[in-house]
Amino acid sequence: MAVQEHSSADEPPRGSILNDPRVRSVFYQLVVVAIIVILGWEIVSNTMANLKRQEIASGFGFLENTAGFGIIQTLVHYTETSNYGRALLVGLLNTMLVAVIGVAMATIIGFIVGVGRLSSNWIIAKLAYLYVEILRNIPLLLQIFFWYFAVLRAVPSPRNSVTFLDSIFINNRGIYGPKALFGEGSVAIGIALLLAVAGSIVLHVWARKRQEATGQRFRSGLSALGMIIGLPVVAYFASGMPVSVEYPVLRGFNFVGGLQLTPEFVALVLALSIYTASFIAEIVRAGILAVSHGQTEAAGALGLRPGPTLRLVVIPQAMRVIIPPLTSQYLNLTKNSSLAVAIAYPDLVSVGGTVLNQTGQAIEIIGIWMFVYLSLSLITSAFMNWYNQRMALVER
Amino acid sequence: MAATDVHYVRDEMAPVLPPPAASGGLLGWMRANLFSSLGNTALTLVGVLILWLLFEPLIRFALIDAVWTGANREACLGHHGACWPYVADYFSQFIYGRYPLGERWRVDIVFAAFAFGLVPLLVPSAPLKRANVIFMLVVFPVAAYFLLTGGFGMEIVETANWGGLLVTLVIAVTGIVASLPLGIVLALGRRSQMPVVRLASVVFIEFWRGVPLITVLFMSSVMLPLFLPEGVTFDKLLRALIGVALFASAYMAEVVRGGLQAIPKGQYEGAMALGLRYWQMMGLIIMPQALKMVIPGIVNTFIGLFKDTTLVLIIGLFDLLGQIQSSYTDPTWATPTQSHTGYLFAAAIYWTFCFSMSRYSIFMEKRLHTGHKR
Repeated sequence: MAVQEHSSADEPPRGSILNDPRVRSVFYQLVVVAIIVILGWEIVSNTMANLKRQEIASGFGFLENTAGFGIIQTLVHYTETSNYGRALLVGLLNTMLVAVIGVAMATIIGFIVGVGRLSSNWIIAKLAYLYVEILRNIPLLLQIFFWYFAVLRAVPSPRNSVTFLDSIFINNRGIYGPKALFGEGSVAIGIALLLAVAGSIVLHVWARKRQEATGQRFRSGLSALGMIIGLPVVAYFASGMPVSVEYPVLRGFNFVGGLQLTPEFVALVLALSIYTASFIAEIVRAGILAVSHGQTEAAGALGLRPGPTLRLVVIPQAMRVIIPPLTSQYLNLTKNSSLAVAIAYPDLVSVGGTVLNQTGQAIEIIGIWMFVYLSLSLITSAFMNWYNQRMALVER
Repeated sequence: MAATDVHYVRDEMAPVLPPPAASGGLLGWMRANLFSSLGNTALTLVGVLILWLLFEPLIRFALIDAVWTGANREACLGHHGACWPYVADYFSQFIYGRYPLGERWRVDIVFAAFAFGLVPLLVPSAPLKRANVIFMLVVFPVAAYFLLTGGFGMEIVETANWGGLLVTLVIAVTGIVASLPLGIVLALGRRSQMPVVRLASVVFIEFWRGVPLITVLFMSSVMLPLFLPEGVTFDKLLRALIGVALFASAYMAEVVRGGLQAIPKGQYEGAMALGLRYWQMMGLIIMPQALKMVIPGIVNTFIGLFKDTTLVLIIGLFDLLGQIQSSYTDPTWATPTQSHTGYLFAAAIYWTFCFSMSRYSIFMEKRLHTGHKR
């Protein structure tokens, strides 16, 4: 019995307090805290001294000062007399624009290439393989430079633009295309579109409930498509055709009007989406391969045709494997969009760099960058955890 | 027994006939893989078209229309192909940067020693692994440091004069060598029982993984000097190296953590039952198994780091891509095809490095995952 008493948790087996794991653990943690505090104190005091010596005022007051530099692409109103805070907001919005469009394009290309790698057609499979192996092994920055300097800056000047259908013009100042102008009354079209989307969702939920309850199927897809296209068209005519199209026109040395995309933006989006798509393709391929072949065979034995098998059996299970790495690729794309600084696309880092050079507020600017990117990545990982919990296999 | 003379069943094998012409050989293969249905035939044609559209101009540019000899831009003007004499002329600059001509043998020795140590390390069956690892992690870095920077009677070469592939390799190799021990410590910290240690590791890892490398490089080039006491200055390359190493260590920590999680609990318990202390258990039992398991992950991190070294050109260091980019300002070779040629050359070099590393990673993965295949 004495042996059992000795090994119980309340009483340490050895007499020396130095050998007690709990005491040691507290001691080690105190050492770690001490190191962090000393290091932090050292950094803060050095920084304060250095800032004082260089006569830089710390704080975010500089955000109110006039920026005084132009930005080539702005989504919100911005002029040279706007302040630094506004400039950084423009940069943030530009980052988000590149990220959203890049993510959409990368996903589409990535899924096509990923499915292509599994194609039974030899040449398509090899083509997809070449795509992945070539593009993911070349640095992204090199690809951005290639698209920007070697492709988009090398196309002809505005006067000799490459033209498609007399409405899309490609030249070394950018890409110009027709733009829809929404006149008075276009609000009705927007409302109609919203109504149609809401209606389709309701229809879909109803159809699903009915199928689960009665087994009768109702194909909600077609009616939803009809609603989403039909309602806005009806609204368009009902409100007196308020939408007109503006075409770009060559005036002087450049095009005016229409939709304009700067070469920086196009190069960045192309490089980001093509590069990221090569990673997404591998994720998609791995996800589809992860669904065991028995699932497909069982679906076939139940009498499902190849289409429904893919849609109802393979893809839902593959998505479980695909989504987590896919989200981290989206995050990578967003972070990689900071390479914009190399070709002077005015994203958050690029605009921030200009502000940093003008004001010398290194700590504040880098703090803003870190804060924005960290929040983005924390939001993404929170979403990923939520999704994983939702999708995790429920087992007995 | 006369019945045995009557054969209802054949008693000799029928001669083996060749398969029908349409199902065997090249023709059969093409039928099965390229033209099995109408849709498949259309896909094949589209595929061939894409291949032609992509590779015909590339081959035409790089080989057929290319200019192979010449002394300056005159040779390449008016041609639509690659201007290879420009690359030949700049080749040594792309490799060494502005490293003094008379001292380049030192860089060559470092490259040779690196290859000498790396090749046997990569071959799993090569002997003397322990000595090899010590050579690569201790002897080689110290020797390379003194060879490259100077001292011991050798001329001092400022890092501002380093460039090209040399800088690319220095950053990538230092990054990976420094990040490995740091990553291991962080991974252990993240799995530690002590809440403070765990929290500190998690915060450190998630911070570096959450921000883009560019901001890290900006931070190391702009903010790091502010953190240091007055009078202490690091040179630009060293600052970038610190940033890259910290950044890579966070990724390495997650790779190592994956390996640690894959070790069965029995291994820990067995080690503890033998009376091993924490570091003995980790150093002798857990880490050797975990690290072996994550070799592919480490190689993949290295590939990512190798590609990311290109970003240092943004903070004004001249790596391979930076050196190529800066050569475009030289009027001697300024032609419309110059930038295409330079990018093609850079892409070929980066691709060769990354592709061979990824092949190696796949090779190790196959070697390590025996018995789990279906």
